[in-house]
Amino acid sequence: MDLSAISPTLLLASLMVAATPILLAALGELIVEKSGVLNLGVEGMMITGAICGFAIAVETGSPVVGFIAAAAGGAVLSLIFGFLTQYLLSNQVATGLALTLFGLGLSSLMGQSYVGIRPPAIEKLNLGPLADIPLLGPVLFNHDLMVYLTLALCVGIWATLKFTRAGLILRAVGENHDAAHALGYKVVKVRLLAIMFGGACAGLGGAYLSLIRVPQWTEGMTAGAGWIALAIVVFASWRPLRVLLGAYLFGGVTVLQLNLQAAGLAIPVEYLSMSPYLITIVVLVIMSAPRKGGKSRASLAAPACLGRAFHASQ
Amino acid sequence: MITLEKRPEPSKLWTAITPILAVVATMIAGGIMFAVLGKDPLVAIRTIFWDPLFNEQFAGFSRPQLLVKAAPLILIATGLAMGFRAGVWNIGAEGQYIMGAICGAAVGLAFYPTESFLIFPLMIAAGALGGFLWAMIPGVLKVKFHTNEILVSLLLVYVAEFILASMALGALRNPEGNGFPGSRNLKEYPSAFNAELLPNTGLHWGVVAAIIAVIFAYVLFSKHMMGFHIRLAGQAPKAARFGGVEPARLILFCLGTSGALAGLAGLFEVSGPAGQISIDFNVGYGFTAIIVAFLGRLNPFGILLAGLLMALTYIGGELASFMLGVPTAAIQAFQGMLLFFLLAVDVLTNYRIKFGTKGGGSI
Repeated sequence: MDLSAISPTLLLASLMVAATPILLAALGELIVEKSGVLNLGVEGMMITGAICGFAIAVETGSPVVGFIAAAAGGAVLSLIFGFLTQYLLSNQVATGLALTLFGLGLSSLMGQSYVGIRPPAIEKLNLGPLADIPLLGPVLFNHDLMVYLTLALCVGIWATLKFTRAGLILRAVGENHDAAHALGYKVVKVRLLAIMFGGACAGLGGAYLSLIRVPQWTEGMTAGAGWIALAIVVFASWRPLRVLLGAYLFGGVTVLQLNLQAAGLAIPVEYLSMSPYLITIVVLVIMSAPRKGGKSRASLAAPACLGRAFHASQ
Repeated sequence: MITLEKRPEPSKLWTAITPILAVVATMIAGGIMFAVLGKDPLVAIRTIFWDPLFNEQFAGFSRPQLLVKAAPLILIATGLAMGFRAGVWNIGAEGQYIMGAICGAAVGLAFYPTESFLIFPLMIAAGALGGFLWAMIPGVLKVKFHTNEILVSLLLVYVAEFILASMALGALRNPEGNGFPGSRNLKEYPSAFNAELLPNTGLHWGVVAAIIAVIFAYVLFSKHMMGFHIRLAGQAPKAARFGGVEPARLILFCLGTSGALAGLAGLFEVSGPAGQISIDFNVGYGFTAIIVAFLGRLNPFGILLAGLLMALTYIGGELASFMLGVPTAAIQAFQGMLLFFLLAVDVLTNYRIKFGTKGGGSI
């Protein structure tokens, strides 16, 4: 085993890349859950975004168009969920699962002719002298544009939820949909918009995997990233900046175990590969465990109407 | 203007009709999907739903496959349905299925090459125990720490897949396999082989277990206190709490039973149709079983029929991919669509649709 082969600088730099797809998906789901809707279809929307983005980027030769297509693909798929849960009042857990199962099938169907192709390359952002700062340069300032846009999105969501009227309405709908309805807010419309936003973010996260992180298309390539994004929202107690922390934590574990695999640690590869999933479970347990007052962090912070159907009786 | 009016209680008539409606709608939407793929939709639908059973050329091979594929789906879905009724969401049956197979196969392989009639029953017990224990992880975490069982059970599927890979490459690898991954083939070990009970029917011990599970679930729901508690907790959680239903016991019972049944399904598969522990042993029965449970209206006998229908789409899908070049992924999308339509038409069970202007319905 040769641990000295692991460079902390490279580790931190790849951590930011590894965290980005999950961060995108988790931020989208955060908005969905803030509006009181639980969409378990993140995995399905992510993988659909991954293939939509990949296919369009290959066909047009433009990664930017690819990312736009991925967001659109994720949003369109999420609309199925939105229509079923908001208008037909179906069970959100079951519908989310259906979205994941359908998305996995649809994506491998769409991806038949894209296996083994390389997508158009994406250049790293040229930040000039910033990238030359020792240590900080390669870690923070040597990435593609999406990494920074995702960070900006995170701060944007935090500010929107905290300071704007739109954020207040979103939270009101999620905390008490009957009261929000009585005040004249369109509960279903707000929720549909939130669901679409979540779908678009998950789609972008998927496309980041297929276009930048891997970059290739393989069936089932998201490998549970959507589920981990869902767990990170719980871990973060529904706070955007903590979502960032959770995604980076998870990115760190992923990158570290990959590096340990490469360094030839005595632990078999399979056991290292399962570590991100196990750590996610451990973190979930810590966050959900009841504290002295009797309620856990997670149950205190969860939007009060999370997962409940809204039906305006006349 | 169309409005929905909640029914005082779910309509019995619509409960029975909606699965049929959903299947028809899926056939139409699936037909459109096949047409987009450049295949004749009518031929594709016929190849999937008709040919495996009635085409002279294929039926001989396909009919026995029906039971082979339906057995694990019915076993798993029966267990899942109990939890779904009580609002306990075990969606990691795929992982419990894998762990059941590993534990059962490990016990069988440990006795190799001893021959005894006791080995197979021991393997069955080990398979059920493996699935049970794997499902107890989300169960105990839920009861002790209120951890979301949906996320934990699902994340454990990925962990189980890695354990499966490690077993196929390491501990359970066939010592005489020239270094290839995968365990010894249990088909060549009579004491551990889950053989067909009647030749060319596909009837193996897993099918028998599935039928027993369905009957057991039916009795539980209609005659036993636990079944009543499960239904009560699902329909009226508050009343259940006042009525003395212990949520912890209910959660552990639902997760444990569904885990054990999924483990059994894995054991019967690995010792019979699959024959060995290999890296790609699991094919998604644990996830498809979720669709089976809903298609069967969470009712044991409904699940029996739904399992057979879903098995048919698997076999028909293989046939369509072989005969017409329809990608097998299309079948997965097809099955996902079925669940969508099912959930969509379910609105008719719980709500009455009213036509007319807003407020005009008040007489």
